[in-house]
Amino acid sequence: MVDFHGWDMPINYGSQIEEHHAVRQGCGIFDVSHMTILDFEGSESELFIRKLIANDVRKLSENYSGLYSAMLNDKGYVIDDLIAYRMDKGFRLVVNCATRGEDLKWISARAKEYDVNMLEREDLSMVAIQGPQSPNVLKNFPAPIDFLKEKKRQQGIFQDDIFAAKTGYTGELGFEVILPNEKAIDLWNIAISEGAKPIGLAARDTLRLEAGMNLYGFEMDETISPFECNMGWTVCWQDDQRDFFGKESLIKQKESNDLKELVGIITDEKAILRQGQKIHLEEENHARGVVTSGTYSPSLKKPIALARLPKSESTSCFAEIRGKRVKAKIGSPKFIKEGKLIFKEKV
Amino acid sequence: MSSDNEVRYLSSHEWGRIDEDGILTVGISEHAQDLLGDIVFVELPDVGDMLEAEGESAIVESVKAASDVYSPLTGEVVEINEKLLDEPEIINNSPLEDGWFFKIKIDDDLQFADLLTQEEYNDTCED
Repeated sequence: MVDFHGWDMPINYGSQIEEHHAVRQGCGIFDVSHMTILDFEGSESELFIRKLIANDVRKLSENYSGLYSAMLNDKGYVIDDLIAYRMDKGFRLVVNCATRGEDLKWISARAKEYDVNMLEREDLSMVAIQGPQSPNVLKNFPAPIDFLKEKKRQQGIFQDDIFAAKTGYTGELGFEVILPNEKAIDLWNIAISEGAKPIGLAARDTLRLEAGMNLYGFEMDETISPFECNMGWTVCWQDDQRDFFGKESLIKQKESNDLKELVGIITDEKAILRQGQKIHLEEENHARGVVTSGTYSPSLKKPIALARLPKSESTSCFAEIRGKRVKAKIGSPKFIKEGKLIFKEKV
Repeated sequence: MSSDNEVRYLSSHEWGRIDEDGILTVGISEHAQDLLGDIVFVELPDVGDMLEAEGESAIVESVKAASDVYSPLTGEVVEINEKLLDEPEIINNSPLEDGWFFKIKIDDDLQFADLLTQEEYNDTCED
């Protein structure tokens, strides 16, 4: 167990590699109640959320559907990444635990000018159920989570105080369930009795990294542009009348030529890529790239990493590991989806 | 491989055991493998390398972290456990037996007595 921003969290229950495979091949269950859940209600809640985040919740035509977004500061850098759901009376944002304090400060200060009320839902727990077998695991749960099977990614349902959406942080089919604290243990026990394996933080990290999903504080922070952490696609420009925090700065960033890019790298060498290692492009002495997150991929049985590099034609690079230069191939910042290799090497 | 001979430790979590005259077998402790979690790579010294007591001798990488392995005593490497290169998980499963790292020829058996006993080592782990 480890203290994670005030929460006691398990790093692993047994072998983190076995936990990883359980999610890729069967079903895993994660207690993610440390995540911060914020509900927004009031006549101007839509107006406010459209200003607050860079993606546009107007795209959410159905209740309980969600989208991934960045929340940017005035410089157009990332304060946090989050999922925003449209609810009956407003919106629900699920933001990171590590950034909770800064987020609340930023949001409260800006909400004052709107008819919107923000409520932090400490009465709710959050459980993620992930893996190809996840629909079977919840068959007997007394809630309509089973209906989710028919839904598309990022769609959800809400019934009997239980909110669930088809989403996750692993690249597998799965659900995230937000429910009253007193119901969470029941859900957990039923899922376990139906064959779900409990998964700790360590496997959560290898799963999200294989899936090419960002982790706040690693791929992005308050000094990083969404364009430099593979989040450009989440910025919505459709409604040019819409203003959002950071918009002006983003327009300037787009015109700049020195933006770096987030790529995936993979090596056949027996040395693990890890956060902070310097990356050299071919024939370059001065390192201009860095590993943002690295690990050993249990699915590929090779070291993989996300790295931020200057844009170039290079198809390979060199990571500095313990004083040696280890050659790695450059490719897409995604490695595995639904158990299959999707990494595309640059050619 | 199995032995009832006494195992002694460094506080940095390596163990040594004299399985045959003048030869020290070296590995990492049960506690160390537990701290590291799933081990995925090992770098071993070469046969013939001279190792210093408490000097760097090998590297072990788990998914979580990379860690140097120190030699408990001074001596020349006479054998390495090549099986670990392809199956590093042996270290997790059997740190004190099948998961040994290397063997060194030691000059002086007496130094062995200066290493931590099991009880002394356990005490350092609790701190």
